[in-house]
Amino acid sequence: MFLTEQKIFELERKANDIRMSIIEMLVEAGSGHTAGPLGMADIFTLLYFHVLKHDPKNPTWEERDKLVLSNGHIAPVLYATMAHAGYLPIEELKTLRKFGTRLQGHPHREYLPYIENSSGPLGSGLSQAVGMALADRMDQKDKERFIYCLMSDGELDEGNTWEAIMLAGKHKLRNLIAIVDRNNIQIEGFTEDVMPLEPLQSKWRSFNWHVIEVNGHDFRYLNEVIEEAQAIYEKPTVIIAHTIPGKGVKEFERNYKWHGKPPNKEEAKKALDELRTLGGKIKSEHR
Amino acid sequence: MLNPHLKLNPKIFNDDVEQTPIRKGFGQGLLLAGEEDKNVVGLCADLTESTQMHLFAEKFPDRFIQMGVAEQNMVTVASGLSAMGKIPFCSSYAMFSPGRNWEQIRTTIAYNDRKVIIVGSHAGISVGPDGGTHQALEDIALMRVLPNMDVISPCDAIEAKKTTIALAKSGKPAYLRLVREKTPIITTEETPFEIGKNEFFWIPDVGLAQVGIIVTGGLMHRALRAAKELEGEGIKTKVMNIASIKPIDVEAVVALAKECKAIVTVEEHQIAGGMGSAVSEVLAEHFPVPIEFVGVRDLFGQSGTPDELIEHYGMGKDSIKEAARKVLKRKV
Repeated sequence: MFLTEQKIFELERKANDIRMSIIEMLVEAGSGHTAGPLGMADIFTLLYFHVLKHDPKNPTWEERDKLVLSNGHIAPVLYATMAHAGYLPIEELKTLRKFGTRLQGHPHREYLPYIENSSGPLGSGLSQAVGMALADRMDQKDKERFIYCLMSDGELDEGNTWEAIMLAGKHKLRNLIAIVDRNNIQIEGFTEDVMPLEPLQSKWRSFNWHVIEVNGHDFRYLNEVIEEAQAIYEKPTVIIAHTIPGKGVKEFERNYKWHGKPPNKEEAKKALDELRTLGGKIKSEHR
Repeated sequence: MLNPHLKLNPKIFNDDVEQTPIRKGFGQGLLLAGEEDKNVVGLCADLTESTQMHLFAEKFPDRFIQMGVAEQNMVTVASGLSAMGKIPFCSSYAMFSPGRNWEQIRTTIAYNDRKVIIVGSHAGISVGPDGGTHQALEDIALMRVLPNMDVISPCDAIEAKKTTIALAKSGKPAYLRLVREKTPIITTEETPFEIGKNEFFWIPDVGLAQVGIIVTGGLMHRALRAAKELEGEGIKTKVMNIASIKPIDVEAVVALAKECKAIVTVEEHQIAGGMGSAVSEVLAEHFPVPIEFVGVRDLFGQSGTPDELIEHYGMGKDSIKEAARKVLKRKV
């Protein structure tokens, strides 16, 4: 569906609200991952507020699109986006990682039934999405909905991921769309230093996938490539989305040290101030 | 004597007793389960015929997924299929599944509460000539420790068939442990079977038993022969079949311990963490009695014939008899 200027502006504001929620959750939790969730906020926003066929008032709607999050450690962006979309109260976000919470450190279906899968250990989300797409194929439902798998670039180190890529190519799973968060970082450094992934496009392509690269922060372009992925009929599609880890907060951007730690109170306050001005776009809120 | 109420195979002790690999019962059971419920699907990691899934695959090609040699992908794809309402059975050798893909099973099936049945064929030392790499002696331990996971190890092909049909209906994640070798047919179609319920295959002609022998899987025939010979020596035993290692029939195990006050457990598995451990956990908590464990004692297997290996590693008929005599002496 076409994105108007007005809609893009709304999505940018929404993504910004979600980023602020992420910072607030993490500082309250005192542990968790910062860079990945901030980097993926635009993609989650676009999916939940424009692309997905879903109904927050009826989370178990049979016909819904499925969103499988593979790298569960970016749970804060999933929870924050779901809260802003109406799946859960925004105040509940502050319970992240606390005893008795529905918002486990890594997502768990038993506590939060609105999600499609529990995740955390890397490399097994795409397989689950492949299983869902295979079920749709068996039931002749693969023209009726899409299965989206959101995954990290770091988990492309896992052999299990490539087993899933191989199987999806074999079965030409047309309603499967993988979105790789190509933020180039993992816990111990830059992906190309830890374990080089490039040439990533040709790797996926040689496994019989349709491959698209995109700027993961440009709503119009992102929306176009998702539409392209939906239109590709004979293959599964992977969207390699180049994102900036820590996006929205200059201090956190492109620094792998922010992969696995939360901001402290002071850092969070600075980050929230920066986000409140939407990267300088909202002059009136400058201090 | 053989328990007359269970309608067991009357030819059990004949030399020409019919022998069938336990995995064959799984193949037949899956075919029947597939006919009954169109949601049953099969996944296999390049071992369709040896795990006997080929019967299902030939009948329902659209509901069978050939995974290639990719056990980690097999169980995680099965998790996704289950999320869509399918009832996936995943088969490979036990050494590879759950041997290789344990974390995937833990997270995407047990933790995720997805009803997937993991079928580990070629479990135990009786895999034989392939040697230690292929002899899964740790799989019961791996699977019974997982919350949410049932663990079933049938004693013959007929019980394997019944188990498979029951698991398709059970609504829980489960591990089905199968043995490769031909194993004597012990039960019949009429023998009662229920997941979580144990039956006594051998009971004393009169009076109480002195030793309770608890057996799982393919060693049942040896245990029954041991019980028969022990009877000749004046030692009265009861032999309990424990296909369902988890959930374990606590009531039946405790009742047996109370009657006999001495237990022998028999399994083709490491003693550490296996069925014997499950029994001893129950008894330590409810009614402690001396226990002797028949199984593999912290060793890897090697090449040989199944019979040679079962004897060498102390799981043969005579080892079971010896364990019974030993535990009898420890009785207080």
